[in-house]
Amino acid sequence: MTAAPERIDVLDEAREQVLERGVGLSEAQVLQVLELPDDRIPELLALAHEVRERWCGPEVEVEGIVSLKTGGCPEDCHFCSQSGQFPSPVRSAWLDIPGLVRAARQTRETGATEFCIVAAVRGPDKRLLSQVRDGIKAIREDGNDIQIACSLGMLTQEQVDELVAMGVHRYNHNLETARSHFPNVVTTHSWEERWDTLRMIRDAGMEVCCGGIIGMGETLAQRAEFAVQLAELEPDEVPLNFLIPNPGTPYENYPVVEGAEALRTVGAFRLALPRTILRFAGGRELTFGDLGAKQGMLGGINAIIVGNYLTNLGRPAQQDLDMLEELSMPIKALSQTL
Amino acid sequence: MNPVMTYCSFCGKEEADGDHAFCRQRLSMIDPPRYCSECARRMVVQVTPDGWTARCSRHGEITSAR
Repeated sequence: MTAAPERIDVLDEAREQVLERGVGLSEAQVLQVLELPDDRIPELLALAHEVRERWCGPEVEVEGIVSLKTGGCPEDCHFCSQSGQFPSPVRSAWLDIPGLVRAARQTRETGATEFCIVAAVRGPDKRLLSQVRDGIKAIREDGNDIQIACSLGMLTQEQVDELVAMGVHRYNHNLETARSHFPNVVTTHSWEERWDTLRMIRDAGMEVCCGGIIGMGETLAQRAEFAVQLAELEPDEVPLNFLIPNPGTPYENYPVVEGAEALRTVGAFRLALPRTILRFAGGRELTFGDLGAKQGMLGGINAIIVGNYLTNLGRPAQQDLDMLEELSMPIKALSQTL
Repeated sequence: MNPVMTYCSFCGKEEADGDHAFCRQRLSMIDPPRYCSECARRMVVQVTPDGWTARCSRHGEITSAR
């Protein structure tokens, strides 16, 4: 009788494959990581941090975001309080140009290198693009040299070209979740439509920012599927959000992702995406609290959104900047991004 | 004289109606006010990187800087 072959430990595999060779984990491997017991989380996070330092360097990229057009969105993304299809308390609002300039200035003053202008729309119309164009011009006239990103929904090729001409260097368009789970989350457009926009952005030379939200009822297998689908896209940045169950949305009674599960997810996504900017985004305040945020920063994260989000509030920017200083993590300078 | 009603600025219900511990927790952590505490109207809220403003059509504007 022959003994069954000993199963290779996934973290040992990851050390050789991801840390040494820079090759992201496969879907099956990511799933194994997501299934690790709690007592192996410190080991996972330590490896993810080593991978991040080896393939991305020590710097942390800091970004601020603002909502240019809030609420009244025709789409039915079930997590979103800005959908006009749900009885959410969020009312429509437009930020004027002076307000946008102030928000960009506040962001730059934190040391951030990125400022993302976001609108709750299916895709931009002429009015919105005109507002973005005027806003970028006004930010530059204010003497602010921060890198500008946009998140304006699905785009046509003509709109992609317009954004390139405006000097937008990165575009955010989240796939949100695994392809197999997407129809449970959004019914008014498809995952493939989002993918098409992302390909156009990449082909036009803009940096691609594409992530999603953890905790929307996806299985661990679908979480692994999502990590690998993101890796296939090869985005420059992946923002990792954790569901905020907002009132009035179909997900208002979903549980907040538990801290240990969230940390496993952070580590797993880093091992799937060794060279990508992996950003802590919305929901970390509820999911992690202060202690968990530090663990995440030491577990593969190398970028954060500072200050508030679009409709929810974040920690004061200074609190995050103090945390980075305490962790001896340098903030990426603007000169490195140009 | 009618008693002054105050409303929860997270859920919009009367403060005296039920327990608002969860609402208070959310407001202290991640949510700006959404309902006017004087009349429970939904407010127009703008969140910016370092603050928020919330405007009630009847009772005016409040901000995080107040």
